[in-house]
Amino acid sequence: MIDDFFVRALLAGIGIAIIAGPLGCFVVWRRMAYSGDTMAHSALLGVALGYFFGINIELGVLIVGVGIALLLLFLERDGRLPRDALLGVLSHSTLAIGLVIMALMTSLNFDLMHLLTGDILSVTKFDLMVIYSAGALILVGIIWLWRSLLAATVNEEMAIAEGMKPEIAQAGFLILMALLIAIAIKIVGILLITSLLIIPAATARRLITSPEQMAIAASLIGVVAVCGGLFSSYEFDTPTGPSIVVAALGLFILSHLISMNVKNRN
Amino acid sequence: MLSNNPTHDLKVGRLSITAPSPNSDGQSLVALHNVGVNRDGRWLVRGIDINVRRGEIVTLVGPNGSGKSTTAKVALGIIKPDEGSVERDPGLRVGYVPQKFEIESMLPLTVTRLLNLTARHSKNDIAEALEMVGASEHVSSRVQSLSGGEFQRVMMARAMLRKPDLLVLDEPAQGVDFSGEIALYDLIKDIRNQTQCGVLLISHDLHLVMAETDTVVCLNGHVCCTGSPQAVSESAEYRELFGARAVEGLAVYQHHHDHTHLPDGKVKHSDGSITDHCHPDDGHHHD
Repeated sequence: MIDDFFVRALLAGIGIAIIAGPLGCFVVWRRMAYSGDTMAHSALLGVALGYFFGINIELGVLIVGVGIALLLLFLERDGRLPRDALLGVLSHSTLAIGLVIMALMTSLNFDLMHLLTGDILSVTKFDLMVIYSAGALILVGIIWLWRSLLAATVNEEMAIAEGMKPEIAQAGFLILMALLIAIAIKIVGILLITSLLIIPAATARRLITSPEQMAIAASLIGVVAVCGGLFSSYEFDTPTGPSIVVAALGLFILSHLISMNVKNRN
Repeated sequence: MLSNNPTHDLKVGRLSITAPSPNSDGQSLVALHNVGVNRDGRWLVRGIDINVRRGEIVTLVGPNGSGKSTTAKVALGIIKPDEGSVERDPGLRVGYVPQKFEIESMLPLTVTRLLNLTARHSKNDIAEALEMVGASEHVSSRVQSLSGGEFQRVMMARAMLRKPDLLVLDEPAQGVDFSGEIALYDLIKDIRNQTQCGVLLISHDLHLVMAETDTVVCLNGHVCCTGSPQAVSESAEYRELFGARAVEGLAVYQHHHDHTHLPDGKVKHSDGSITDHCHPDDGHHHD
């Protein structure tokens, strides 16, 4: 069964959705959507450098992602440029440099579209292995960081005063994000990764009462979106990555309608 | 200034670990020695000497931007001083109520979860702490639905649950109305009396700083003056910083509230008797 490309795509998508749930919650709570985008865009530079140095693409993406994450942390502490402008500079310049390097490597012959919007139907058994082992690592990491990240989300200085290390937790979180982006490029592509983080989390917010519930609900909603997107892409012959995001959006709108309905009745 | 004052003696705190000093009731919890914090070439505070002992309430007063919060953050270890040193009792447990802040609306958080944020507490302890601050009915409310005063009291319960040796409160009365403010200061006094913790309290003026404050430190980038509330209010430095009106205001809080106004307009006195009006010899009231 695992030899079937569709089953492999389904398994890969579900794996990514589960990990994206808890990470996405922190992206929403800490208002890091733009940071997520910046790290995702830098992935194109990672791909380009991966090809250039002849190393594994995911590894290239991971290295550049971690580099960008640490640079972000450092420049934010420095505080000379507002966060927003800083992200704008990094986000688009890494994307542009990646595209330029790729154009220069004329020997390369691959579909840029697949990088930008994902190529989930070409997932191999090896890809699955990478997704699930890296995914397990990310889950362990986020559980480990959970308490101090949550405390720092409520109030960073209070967390420090009470003996936590929010700076280390924050750095750890960005590294986990870089790892997720590296394994998720093939699933939804560079342009859409952030949506898989944000939309399920924002959808879950309407339905639950605790941070932990929200993380689990976001994972489940992501899984439903992946399944819905894959099946509809098969049915209507639409691009898979965007179909997954559209399915997630559908769930988001639905959850808002439901919660509005509940409020009106009360 | 404090550093020039030979009677201000940090050794008292250190000595008390081995032999209790007659001059202080408790061991030193945190002591700042000649602390300075510099940002972009400007000194936010400089030459700060402060000592908080067990069972002592130290209040920092000063105008906006005088470095009160910065000083408290140095004491808490949030900011590393660029000059001077901080001596903290090893194993010091800190309860911190930061200046009024908002919690991200996308974060689903009940009061109970907020109280369990950095350490888990039993249901009983939580109920007890909320009762002490008068917020029992909010045990499962969303934190974002609380009013300013309710949130501050919940944050106080949160700090209490940690059974702190040192309680640091940064403008706890912000966004709280006048009678709520008095209740808040009474609560701080109760907490100190019950737990014998040291309290470092920040306030933007002396008007309502309770009579229970042991030491007032008047800040304006440096320590202007320090001493008992009475002594500080009478000092020339304090008058210069806050003006004569603040000194008059200080007198207000020293009246005792010996009667309460009932909903039907009658007055209940401290001896339990109820009359239609206040007596001329009743203490100050604030309705």
